[in-house]
Amino acid sequence: MEGLLALASGVLYAAGIYLMLRRRLAQLIIGIGLLSNGTNLLIFTAGGLTRAQPPVVPEGALALAEPYADPVPQALVLTAIVIGFGLLAFSLVLAHRVHDTVGSDDIDDVGREQ
Amino acid sequence: MLVLPILVPLCTGAVLVLTPKRPAPQRWISLTGSLLLLVSAVLVFLRVNAAGVQVLQISGWPAPFGITLVADLLAAILVVAVGVVGTAVAVVAFSGIDPRREAFGYHPLMQILLMGVAGAFLTGDFFNLYVWFEVMLVASFVLLALNRTRAQMGAAFKYVTMNLLASSIFLTALGLLYGTTGTLNMAALERVWPTLSSSGLDTVLAVLFLIAFSIKAGLFPLFFWLPASYPTPPAPIGAAFAGLLTKVGVYALIRVFTLLFHGASPTLFGLLLAMSVATMVIGLVAALQERDFRRVLSFNLVGHIGYTTASLSLLTPAALAGAIFYVVHHIVVITNLYLVSGVLLRLRRTTDMAGLGGMYRDQPVFAALAMVPIFSLAGVPPLSGFLGKLAILEGAFAAGAYWVGGAVLVVGLLTLLSMARTWADSFWAPAATRDLAVAGTPLLVVIAALSLLTVAMTLGAEPLFELASRSAQQLLNREEYVRAVLGDPH
Repeated sequence: MEGLLALASGVLYAAGIYLMLRRRLAQLIIGIGLLSNGTNLLIFTAGGLTRAQPPVVPEGALALAEPYADPVPQALVLTAIVIGFGLLAFSLVLAHRVHDTVGSDDIDDVGREQ
Repeated sequence: MLVLPILVPLCTGAVLVLTPKRPAPQRWISLTGSLLLLVSAVLVFLRVNAAGVQVLQISGWPAPFGITLVADLLAAILVVAVGVVGTAVAVVAFSGIDPRREAFGYHPLMQILLMGVAGAFLTGDFFNLYVWFEVMLVASFVLLALNRTRAQMGAAFKYVTMNLLASSIFLTALGLLYGTTGTLNMAALERVWPTLSSSGLDTVLAVLFLIAFSIKAGLFPLFFWLPASYPTPPAPIGAAFAGLLTKVGVYALIRVFTLLFHGASPTLFGLLLAMSVATMVIGLVAALQERDFRRVLSFNLVGHIGYTTASLSLLTPAALAGAIFYVVHHIVVITNLYLVSGVLLRLRRTTDMAGLGGMYRDQPVFAALAMVPIFSLAGVPPLSGFLGKLAILEGAFAAGAYWVGGAVLVVGLLTLLSMARTWADSFWAPAATRDLAVAGTPLLVVIAALSLLTVAMTLGAEPLFELASRSAQQLLNREEYVRAVLGDPH
């Protein structure tokens, strides 16, 4: 399972960076999205995968019994997803306004000074 | 008490969102909030100065389980600088800013920006640092993109893309770090970092951190987004960005290099040093070929970041003290210079030097005030820029890094050339056009206050440098920081 997720995360990174190097705004935005999701998957996988063992103290016990899923990476990923989602939405709006202002979705036209 | 520099701008921002969008109340609330921020920052500083590293465990969760706020001398000094810049920018708003920006939430966003910067300086947890980075970035994105001109749109897009990339790299490093060590608390990581070296993962993580923070600080070869975006927004926004945002990157570099990477391979330090020297040289050479006041400033800003990180890479107490002194000097001076560019823009509707000139004759008071930051940045004795460069130079020679000292001297000469030419073209050359408007009094008052602060830092250089030395000692000793956070080892 770890191997599969690591591979998926690697593919997301590669695809994200490839798209960010393209010249079209839309592809750049999709690239940012893929990159942030690749990062989320990496945090989740690197934090260790434990299946079907929620970190809940069973009734009558005083402490958790090993093995249990570490809740911290999940909290980190959740925070990162929320932030990444917000930033992606912002970039989309920004790209839309850039398109309105410049009239082109080519990065080279955006960078060119009038 | 440590939470005050974060809480005050948050509350001010919330109040600003709820008050009517008329300029007058917004400006006054924003000024009050910024002054309160300055006061709370000074209180934190006095406490840290008297009683050593201060720690606050949020919600009483002991480190490393909860989020920790830590203020050592470096963080406290920089938080005071946030208060100073915040107050300066809040006063500048009184001489009028772009009405469109003011109506669309300029004031609350500026407060959120200050909160993000103060939070980044005060946090003792890497994931929390990431969150503060994002808070600061989102506020700066919107401030930059609030206007629809073509240049500003292009600038905002480059800025957003580069910073999102930096955030992703930082987050990747955090994921790997947590997966290996099981903690993201800075002090706890200091304890376990040496165990990483056997797997070689420490080098990977160090380079990821170096790249992420170098993008934020604007080091070569990752600085090209900065001169493309900083000159476009109005003066107060440019001043806050230039004064504070890149310094957060520098602060993060200082923190990880002193706390974690002190025992890392010399290659890592060599890499940082090479990047810094290249930043210095390329920044200043680029500044010399620019003919626009704000673009000259942006390249000077990039170049001078190199001074501080070059000093950091030597990691001796003297060099680090020089770097800290230089950062503080640079925050005050570069903020002031962006405000000067705002006056020029207001007077002549341009900052291209072809349209400037004659300021010395037409605006003698303004010229006299602007002289202080321009020549302080140039490093003319006895101003604070000269003292900062001298401290860095002494640190470099004492560490035996003679070629770094040589680079500092050469780049110092280039800075002098760049600033002297800027001064001659904007102030001494015959006026190209007449003044089209008058500069607002609040703007001039702030420039005067910041110039006075530069003079005060020159006159009070002895105690200030002593403070920087103590801060450097504290960073290099580490034990005080770690103990304050984790408690005594059992």
